[in-house]
Formats: sequence, C-alpha cells, structure tokens
Amino acid sequence: MSYKSPQTLVVEEEQRGSGGAVINDFPVSGKNLFPSNIAGLPTWFTIRANKDGWIARRKEIDFLVAMNPETAREDVMGLDPNRVVVYEETLKANQYRRDLTFFPVPFTKLASGITPDSRLRKLLANMIYVGAVGHLLEIDPAEMEFALTKQFKGKAKAVTLNKTALDTGRKFAAENFDKSIVPYRCQRMNATKGKIIIDGNSAAALGCMFAGVTVATWYPITPSSSLCEALTEYMKEYRIDQDGKATFAVVQAEDELAAVGMALGAGWAGARSMTSTAGPGISLMQEFVGLGYYAEMPTVIFDITRVGPSTGLPTRTQQSDILSMVYCSHGDTKHIVLIPASVEECFEIAYAAFDLAERFQTPIFVLSDLDLGMNNWMSDPFKYPVKKFDRGKVLSVEELKRLGSFQRYGDVDGDGIPYRTLPGTKHPAAAYFTRGSGHNENAAYSERPDDYQRNMDRLNKKYETARQHVPKPEIAHAEGAKIGFLAFGTTHWAIIESRDQLAREYNLPISYYRLRAVPFTKDLVEFIEKYDRVYVVEQNRDGQMAGLIKLDIPAHLVGRIRSIRHYNGLPIDARFITDELVAAEKGEEN
Amino acid sequence: MSTTVQPPAAAPKHMNRLGYTIADYKGADSTLCAGCGHDAITSQIIKAFYEYGVEPYRVAKLSGIGCSSKTPAYFLNMSHGLNGVHGRMPSLGTGVMLANRTLISIGVSGDGDTASIGMGQFVHLLRRNIPMIYLIENNGVYGLTKGQFSATADYGSKAKSGVVNQLPAIDLCAMAIDLGCNFVCRSFAGDPKQLVALLKAALGHRGTSLFDVISPCVTFNNHDGSTKSYKYAKDHEELLHEISFVPFFEQINVEYQEGEAIDVELHDGSHIRLRKTDKGYDPTNKGEALDTLRNCQESSEFLTGLIYINESKPDFLTLLNMVDAPLATLPQERVQPSAEDLTEIMAALM
Ligand SMILES: Cc1ncc(C[n+]2csc(CCOP(=O)(O)OP(=O)(O)O)c2C)c(N)n1
Ligand code: SF4
Ligand SMILES: [Mg+2]
Repeated sequence: MSYKSPQTLVVEEEQRGSGGAVINDFPVSGKNLFPSNIAGLPTWFTIRANKDGWIARRKEIDFLVAMNPETAREDVMGLDPNRVVVYEETLKANQYRRDLTFFPVPFTKLASGITPDSRLRKLLANMIYVGAVGHLLEIDPAEMEFALTKQFKGKAKAVTLNKTALDTGRKFAAENFDKSIVPYRCQRMNATKGKIIIDGNSAAALGCMFAGVTVATWYPITPSSSLCEALTEYMKEYRIDQDGKATFAVVQAEDELAAVGMALGAGWAGARSMTSTAGPGISLMQEFVGLGYYAEMPTVIFDITRVGPSTGLPTRTQQSDILSMVYCSHGDTKHIVLIPASVEECFEIAYAAFDLAERFQTPIFVLSDLDLGMNNWMSDPFKYPVKKFDRGKVLSVEELKRLGSFQRYGDVDGDGIPYRTLPGTKHPAAAYFTRGSGHNENAAYSERPDDYQRNMDRLNKKYETARQHVPKPEIAHAEGAKIGFLAFGTTHWAIIESRDQLAREYNLPISYYRLRAVPFTKDLVEFIEKYDRVYVVEQNRDGQMAGLIKLDIPAHLVGRIRSIRHYNGLPIDARFITDELVAAEKGEEN
Repeated sequence: MSTTVQPPAAAPKHMNRLGYTIADYKGADSTLCAGCGHDAITSQIIKAFYEYGVEPYRVAKLSGIGCSSKTPAYFLNMSHGLNGVHGRMPSLGTGVMLANRTLISIGVSGDGDTASIGMGQFVHLLRRNIPMIYLIENNGVYGLTKGQFSATADYGSKAKSGVVNQLPAIDLCAMAIDLGCNFVCRSFAGDPKQLVALLKAALGHRGTSLFDVISPCVTFNNHDGSTKSYKYAKDHEELLHEISFVPFFEQINVEYQEGEAIDVELHDGSHIRLRKTDKGYDPTNKGEALDTLRNCQESSEFLTGLIYINESKPDFLTLLNMVDAPLATLPQERVQPSAEDLTEIMAALM
C-alpha cells in the first residue's frame, strides 16, 4: 500500500516519572488508520508505547506530530490539556490552543536544504520529524540509525539521504527546543528480545502454508487481499519442489462466487483448499457456502472483517460479520467459526482450520479483522506444528475393497460425520453423486420427508460433535469476582487492559472468558453459571455474539448476559470498556 | 497422410478396449420428459465414453441447475458427480481440476445456466482454458422453471404462449472463440453420429472444449414458431463437414485425397477428420470461424460441426506449473515446509 498523502503521526507515551521505554526494546504497537483511497485523503499512524506492554488502541493522544493541513486543526483540538504537538511551522497549529506544548518545525524548508527534488522532499520531511521526535523523547540515536539502515537495507543512497534528514531533524530540535518540558521519554528496556513483528494476514498465510494448503483462491478486497498475496510470496519460496514445480495453485478468481466455488470444488476433489475475503465477499459466497454445508464439502474461508453494511468503511475494523458467518446461506445452515486474537493464533488457527474442514467435511470460517490482519503486532516466534495432518474420513481403495460398498451420507460412527471418497479413486464402489438437492444416505436424489429430516438431524449431530473439536476458550477466573467478561478476537487486547484498570481504579476483579470458536464448548455454560453477570464485549452494533450465546445457553442463564458494544470503526480501547462496565454496574446497583 | 498406432489386443465384441461394457457407462434412470433432447445427448455421451474407452473412475461429472444439469446422474454411474448451484459449474470444475489434474471432467449445463446466471463464470472458464468438456444443452428456454425464454432464444422465435422474443440471441460459440477457447463445436441432439465423433475428439483435446448442442425441450419449446424445435433443427441443419474420429489406439488406414478433408491431430494422438462439404470450411482459421458464425446468425442458418480448433495452446494447469501428481493427494511431507524453513522465516521477522 502506498501513502502519497501527508501522514499524521500520533504517539502516545506513558508519563515521564511512571517510567518509560525505548525503540527496539520496549513493547510498541502501531496502527495505520487509512482511508479507502489511494492518494488524496489524510492518513494517521498511531504508535502506542509503554513499559507495561499494553498494545490495544488508546483513544487519548499524548504526543501529536501534525503534518496534515486538512486535519491539523481537528487533531489539535481533540487533545487533552498539556499534551505535546510537533508540527509543520506553516500550519500554525499553535493558534488553536493555549494549553498545549508546541514545537514548530519548518519541515519543508529543512527538506529543501537537503534535496532539490520536490518529490523526495516530501518523504524526507517525514524522516526529519522522526529525528526531531527522537530528540524530544530521548530515543537513542544509534537505535534510530540501526532501524533506518535495516529499513533501507542495501540501498546506500537512500540510507545516506535519510540519515541526513534524521540528523537535520535532531539537530534542529537540539538547537531550538528545550526537551526538559516534554513530560515523556523513552528508556531502554529488554522486553522485545527474541520477538517477531508480523501482521495477522501474513501470519495466517504462514499457517495455511504449513497446513499444506494446495489450492487457494481469492478476489481482491481490503482488508483481506494481503493474506493471499503474502501466501503467494511464501509459497513461491517454500513450496516449489526439486523439479521447480509448484505443489500448489493460487488463483485470483473473477469474483468471490467463483473464489469460493473453486475452493469448494477443490475441497470436494480432496485438496486442502481455502479462500480469503471480507464482508462483501461473504455476502456473495452465501449460496455456495450452503452447498458446502449441505453436500458436505470441505474448505476454509477467512473473513478479515471490515466495517459496515454495504461498502461501509472498507479500511476500518469491526467484528460485525459473526452472524453472516455462523448462519451463512439460506435454509437451516450453521457453520463452524474459529476466532484468533493474536498473530500467533492466526498462524495456529489457520493451521487447525484445515484439519477441522477435512474432519467435518464442511466450510470452516476463520474470523479475523482489519486491526489484526493488516497491522503489525509483536509476537513470540511461531512454533513448528508437529502434528500429523488429519485428512478426515476418506476411504482408500483398500478400505473400499474390504467394505465392498459405502454410504456417502450414512452415520457409521455415531458422530454425524459420514465417510467420503475422492474422485479418481480406482474402485467401482467409490463413486457417488454429490448434489445440493435433497438426498438420502446413499447420495441418491430424494424428496422424502423422513430422508430430509434424518439428514438434517445428522448434520446437527455433526455440529454438536464439533463442540469437542474446536479450539477451547481461554479462561481466567479472578479471585473474588462476581462478574465476568466474555470477548473474542482483537477485543482481547482492550479487555486485558480494562481488567487491569478496573482492578486498580475500582477494586473490581472481573473474570474473563476468551472465546475462540463457534459452536461453543461446554465451558461456556459452566462459566456463566459461576457469575452473576457476564458482559459480552464485541465490536458491532447489535451484540451479535451476545445474541448467539443467548440462543445457545439454557433459559435460566439468559438473564445473566449483558452486552457492551463498540462500533465506530476504530479498534476498541480499554477505557471505553472500563467506563461502559462501571456505568452498567452502577445501573445494576440501583 | 496416415498415422499408424498399434492397436491393443482385440477386445471381445461387446467390450471396449478396457474391458467395460456399454452398461458400465450408464447411470440412473432419467426422470426427464419423454423425448427431451437432453436424454438423447446423455445416450451419446455414454456411447462416446464407451467407444473411446475412458476409465470411469478417472471422470468427474459436473453440472449446474436445470433439467440439463440433472443429466450427469444419468450417465457414468461409476464416476464421481458434482451437481452444484445454478450457473456456477465453471468455478467448481476449475477447483476440481486444480485439485486433481489427472481427472477427465465433463460438465453439462443449460442455456439458462450458462448464458444468463452463469455467464460471468463461463467466460472466465473459457479464458483460463480449464481442461473440461463443457456441454450446453441448448433449448432456448428455462425448462425446469417452465418455459421462460433464455438468452440463447433466437430473435423472432415464438414462445408456446405466443410471445415473440425481441432480444438478440447470444451466440455461445462465437463468444467462446473470442475468449480463447480452442475447441468449439455446435451440434444437435438429433444428430448422434456427429455428436459422438465430436465428443470423442474432445476427449483427445487438452483444454476446454465447448459444445453448444441444440437440445429441444419437448414440453416448452417444440412448437411451430420455435427455432429450437426438432422439426426446425432437422429442416435447417447444415453440416459444415462430415466428421470421423480415429482414436489414438486405432490405425488410420483410409487414405483420402489432398484437399478433400482436413485432418487434425489431437493432443492425445487421435485424429479428427473433417470431410469437406461444398462449403469448403476450414475450422483452424479463427477469422473464418467468426465470420461464418456471424453470417449464419444473420441468415438464421443452423450450421453444425467443429467450428474452431487449435491444438497448440496450453491449458491453465500447464500455465500454473503445477506438479504432475494430483495436488489433492500429495503427502504431508511434500506440502509442509520444514522446521528449518519456519525458523528461517521467523528470523527474517525479528
Ligand atoms: C439462484 C437460483 N435462481 C433460480 C433458480 C431456479 N432455476 C432452476 S433451473 C433454472 C433455469 C434452467 O434453465 P437451463 O439452464 O436452460 O436448463 P433447462 O432446464 O432448460 O435444461 C432456474 C432459473 C435456481 N435454482 N437458483
Ligand atoms: S421440461 Fe423440457 S428440458 Fe425439461 S425435461 Fe422436459 S423436455 Fe426436457
Ligand atoms: Mg434451457
């Protein structure tokens, strides 16, 4: 993605005194807030850095670098008192407020001192502010140079030019500003040793590659495109055999209907297949997903969720496709949905999804979102999966010889999961006819009421079986807690911080159930039974997951479910949850 | 002008070269209306696959939704079948062939299934040149939903209710040629000899082979005034050439005069021989093929035969540079990179 428009850098640091942190070695999280546009609209980049390792978005900005004429005023007006603003001198940002600390820098002028090339000047202005900010926050110059050299690896000219810009900024700040009035600073820590930085989509792509995906199909859409793009790059590197031939096929389809159709066709024929999309694509895939459910064809579908009905806000984040995934397609359908919260889980859950798809012979959804998929996150390195693939109940020629025949849609094992054969199996009894119309155990056309109902009941049993095989929740019981949080996906990062705030500021211990899959495991009811109230926190308007939970649990527990919802398109933050919860609990007392 | 291939040891009369009888290529009983053109085509598919000697287990049958799309249940019982959703057979077929390139796929669709709801996927299947026999049973109407006009209904054709179609017909053959399809033919359910020869030739072709087969709907579109009725088709059919097919396992021994016929060697070593009629048609000439189709649409002629063939173009699977073995059944060690690979990837992210 290219950003030709000026960027506003927003930094938020812990107050000086409460201890600080440092580039490279302290936990940071960066979030790119960009419009659905290529060049002419403003973008923001927020960086959060603090010694405690909180990485959720934080609403409040402590340190603003204002470079963008269109938004400088609004950005400055939105700050709390006593915050710091570094800005392009000509924007005259200091005219708007008297209660902030301002540092004007003539970026454009300084940049023209370095290069006559006007296009380059724009880029160098960015590096000049990095230098100035580095000085004000006391970031070790050696670390900054190291990062710069790494970024422009092998491009000596770019390194020299950018280093000059960095020094120019640093020098200007040193000569003109008193950094002691800045209430933040960075300090060296050792919290990032051995960590990797990766975005969720690349992590998921790696999970798919190590899961042995062979057919991947997709149609470009933000925020999911980078998943299959990353996959393509990795596959070209690691999945070419010694004869130079690919052990995979990645196909850019003509639309999402075709993408999921190809994935299902490939899954039916025995390949580990997948597709990746976002909400609008899920809408288009519906009819096919119903075929996958009813005719029992495996594939894996990633939904990297963005915002909105319709086109909505394509470059913002939300968790609003839950119902469209769980109930994807018409008629009585329901699907298995897996929900990673971290990049590490993107890797692991992507890996697990292929086993589940083949075991359950059905489309498996993986719910990620823009925040997780497109932003960079720090993580421990991923662990190599040692487990043998589970290719599910596929009958071989030998088994067919022994059995003589098989029933495609029979329930031999009592778990609702039938046996299948793959086309190309050299046995006269292997073939069967797959159809999305009514069928009996033998895969023959049937409109008989008893055949239809028996088959639907078996599909239901299969779904029940899945409860024991999907990723288990992560549960933290807090001592003395009377209430609990339930959250999933990226909401996790704000929840853990909010729990800390609630414990410290309100002396309110709250237990936490981090859901990792639909259908729910039996742990859910056990958890709700333990607490007076369970707050389901999610990033959508209608409390979709809370609704699903209410449908699934026994009636006497339904009254314990509460709902906290965040849905403005920005990632949810801890303070929001804390405030909502405190207000709601006040209401409970009255 | 003759090629010699050793024939295999002669099989018993009622068996093909693989030892199968024609009954082995049959399917379930048809539930279509008696006399439906689709059933006639089913019989020709059975015959062609039997005579060519196709291993049933290697075949994947595909279809969308419609009366026509039901027919894969009526042939090749020993082959896997996949009857998908309306208009989306191309993507399913593409996925199947990506998963297992050793399969032989035959898809049956209708004019509604292909030329309306499925048009988007259809053009991309052709563009990609997915190895597949794609057969449209073209009756000019939606049979299964009771007789509405389809997009291939001829301009001026009259529906049973008396309504006249005022929209131009989509010529699927012309479209296919434009989109890069390298085996394009038009035939008629009532011309078994031609259809069987073309189907066998398609089995020898690598890439998509498109069949636009006029297949009268006796229930909704077989009346006077319909241009897709048996009578109209019989009265108006004009052969581009007489077709004979010589499979790779048989000797070509009939000599013919230079200029009298066109002989095309197919991908698998079989030959298709097109004996010229007074039309003097050359199906290897793309421009001529398109001109001919355009002219015959204007003059309402019903030309049948192999309209265009080009045996030199690669199919999609070749372009993807995939391994020869089916992707579907590659073992874990061939599709899972090593622990060292993961370590290397992780190191680059630090
Ligand atoms: C999404 C969807 N829309 C509509 C239908 C209803 N429908 C079933 S078959 C058909 C038309 C079939 O026409 P054609 O492909 O020409 O097949 P024929 O019956 O004529 O052989 C339609 C519209 C459907 N099955 N699915
Ligand atoms: S309605 Fe028409 S197309 Fe359908 S089975 Fe009857 S004759 Fe054939
Ligand atoms: Mg039709």
